[in-house]
Amino acid sequence: MIREITLGQYYPVDSVLHRMDPRTKLFGTMVFIVSLFLADSLAAYGIVTVFLATAVVLSRVPFGFMVRGLKAMIFLLLISVSFNLFLTPGTEIFRFGFLKITWEGIRLAGFMALRLIYLVIGSSVMTLTTTPNQLTDGLEKGLRLLKKVGVPVHEVSMMMSIALRFIPILVEETDKIMKAQMARGADFESGNLIQKARNMVPLLVPLFISAFRRATDLAMAMEARCYHGGEGRTKMKPLRYERRDGMAYLVYLLYLGAVIGMRYFHVAAGMMPKIA
Amino acid sequence: MAMGIIKASKLVFDYIRQDEDDHIEEVNRAIDGVDVDIREGDFVAILGHNGSGKSTFAKQINGILLPTEGVVWVSGMKTSDDSHIWDIRKTAGMVFQNPDNQIIGNVVEEDVGFGPENLGVPTDEIWRRVDESLAAVGMTAYRLKSPNKLSGGQKQRVAIAGVMAMKPKCIILDEPTAMLDPNGRKEVIRTIHELNKKEGITILLITHYMEEVIDADRVIVMDDGHLVMDGTPREIFSQVRRLKEYRLDVPQVTELAYELKQEGVEIPEGILSIEELVEALISLLGDDAGGQKENVD
Amino acid sequence: MSIKAEHINYLYGEGTAFEQYALKDVSFEIRDGQFIGLIGHTGSGKSTLIQHLNGLLKASSGKIYYNGEDIYQDNYDRKSLRSKVGLVFQYPEHQLFEIDVFSDVCFGPKNQGFSKEEVESRAREALMQVRLEERFWHQSPFELSGGQKRRVAIAGVLAMRPEVLILDEPTAGLDPRGRDEILEEIAVLHRERGMSIILVSHSMEDIARYADRILVMNHGEKVFDAPPKEVFRHDKELEQIGLAAPQVTYVARRLREQGIPMPEDITTVEEAKKAILVLFDRRGKKSMSNDSRKAGDKI
Repeated sequence: MIREITLGQYYPVDSVLHRMDPRTKLFGTMVFIVSLFLADSLAAYGIVTVFLATAVVLSRVPFGFMVRGLKAMIFLLLISVSFNLFLTPGTEIFRFGFLKITWEGIRLAGFMALRLIYLVIGSSVMTLTTTPNQLTDGLEKGLRLLKKVGVPVHEVSMMMSIALRFIPILVEETDKIMKAQMARGADFESGNLIQKARNMVPLLVPLFISAFRRATDLAMAMEARCYHGGEGRTKMKPLRYERRDGMAYLVYLLYLGAVIGMRYFHVAAGMMPKIA
Repeated sequence: MAMGIIKASKLVFDYIRQDEDDHIEEVNRAIDGVDVDIREGDFVAILGHNGSGKSTFAKQINGILLPTEGVVWVSGMKTSDDSHIWDIRKTAGMVFQNPDNQIIGNVVEEDVGFGPENLGVPTDEIWRRVDESLAAVGMTAYRLKSPNKLSGGQKQRVAIAGVMAMKPKCIILDEPTAMLDPNGRKEVIRTIHELNKKEGITILLITHYMEEVIDADRVIVMDDGHLVMDGTPREIFSQVRRLKEYRLDVPQVTELAYELKQEGVEIPEGILSIEELVEALISLLGDDAGGQKENVD
Repeated sequence: MSIKAEHINYLYGEGTAFEQYALKDVSFEIRDGQFIGLIGHTGSGKSTLIQHLNGLLKASSGKIYYNGEDIYQDNYDRKSLRSKVGLVFQYPEHQLFEIDVFSDVCFGPKNQGFSKEEVESRAREALMQVRLEERFWHQSPFELSGGQKRRVAIAGVLAMRPEVLILDEPTAGLDPRGRDEILEEIAVLHRERGMSIILVSHSMEDIARYADRILVMNHGEKVFDAPPKEVFRHDKELEQIGLAAPQVTYVARRLREQGIPMPEDITTVEEAKKAILVLFDRRGKKSMSNDSRKAGDKI
């Protein structure tokens, strides 16, 4: 049933991370991504790993669920790993025709794979513990500063939240129109690319018309319920920082400091060369 | 005479179609000189076939459309007066036909809170109103559900709760049951009758399902932009032929009673329910031939 | 023409924890020229069922035969099945897409691969069958009224000249006159063209008026399959599954309970009227003077 599709991949359990303010989580994810690119040594990756592992454990989402997101990435992962593996110049360890594997290549490929994997897991920690609604709320409030420079933050987040509500409805509608046209002999599968594109017309036209109709209806319904933009609006569920959020920001600060510190430490001590 | 909660005087509304250069191509008169006064606390049904002007009239009441000529007052406020528009919309809330296209929130309770949020109601008060409104329509158990998982009737009840949370005096429902199945329809009609009785909310129900209007206090029939009939359900339904002229229908029992009367059976006018018809027929047929005329039940 | 369904099961989310029967062991046979009313509350499986009959959905298990041929056979032409078993979805006007009415109706026969002349003659015929005036044919379908749009959409299916026509709540959202017009057109197709009709409806009154056989679905199972008079006799059971008999059936039953000899098989206003008038005549209780001749004629 198409209706069962959930957007994002929220995993409903109760954990510290689930209860955390979405802004804190958004910011944390940003910090984490930045740190991935700052970390340039095994030791720094050690710190990154500890940080990520702590987050995973705190989220109480089964680890198997988290790595699921990796499956979709495997192809990308393989390509980037093999590029790095075979095409990095340096001390040769093994050669097969024009392909050679170098010591530097192995290092680089290893870190690259690690980075990608951590990136996916790190961002799934956020999407698994935050509902799409909280996410848009967090974005609206977290990006409040942008409003000062003229970015319509409230409108954008309202649009996102309406999109979240209507995507499942439109998906279902697509299915219905498709079937209705198939009942009139439409063919959405065979033919070359141009024919296929042309065959989509009987699906796309009704779908757009329906989307527009829904949009006008919705605009009217919103107006009837006194919607007049973000001005003077109150919130039923205002975002409020709790103590745990303060703690989290403190952890971020220490963490980022440590990762940056490691860079200087290594460069100064000359223990290991930089990797990227 | 004191003015009712909703009053329209010499109301005219034209839909105007313009071409690209703003030249008027076509003028469609949807409402043509309607005078009506709705008493606070009444349950009023507005009937009419598609294109009779009934939906346009509904949109006039909460200021989504403004009169071409004439005036509409809601609680004494003119809808054409810009400064009252939000007061008017919260006094006369509106529920639309398509349940999917009027729910904004991704969670039931958040949708109900949407109106009060727009009105700038403080957070604590929003929660209080959401609780009360959900309870009033019997949807408290679903407050954390996604609207997509509800049935049509439940979605309409959520939409009604969303209006209730703005503390309206009046709710206008524009064919709220047209897209629902019979159970959903009953659910919605039962809910609005309860709001009318328990909370004293004035109800304006626009519909073309006749069985939904038999319990109304007053029925108004619109045709071609005019108000053509106005009375109690019994008064309206005793004029079966006229209703059919206006492309309307009557419940089966009303039609049966009317047909029997045409054949000369002395049955009272404007039969509305199965019980009434059965009683009437029993009092005519029930006592055995030659027995007493009075039927003692 | 005949459609035969044998032990149809249809599962949602097969193999997952959410596995659920949408259809459970449904069997029936529809013979040539029948008018079938299909009823059941929302979620009873009736929409799923009709999509099986033209091959849009494939049963998880069970067989469907069209004219004796198994439609799940490898070499069966399922695409042509869709033109033989025409399916009009709910709110069919939502599928309109062409720039004018006529081209939209041509879509079906064009997909069937007919010549331009044949396509157009079928489209003309279909538009005439739904009684849409010619002056609308070259207008955009989106400028028509709700009832007209719906008729265009039905014509779009009729233009394929189906042998069976399935309509999923064709009157939903229409006003009483629009509803009666559509139903009357369907009745004409059945009466004059001998087309088999399967009408999905929530209105027991409509079903009682037109159908000669009713299938009742509940929770994916077929619970009744009989002529209307027989099905509506089970009003208690119908109520238990969220349905009801027509109002006049209840009137007749109440009268019977009060000892008034009403027939048991009243389902339409016409029938109720006749039966009641007979009672009045018999008792000579009707105070009719000049009306008596008229009433006598009708009975």
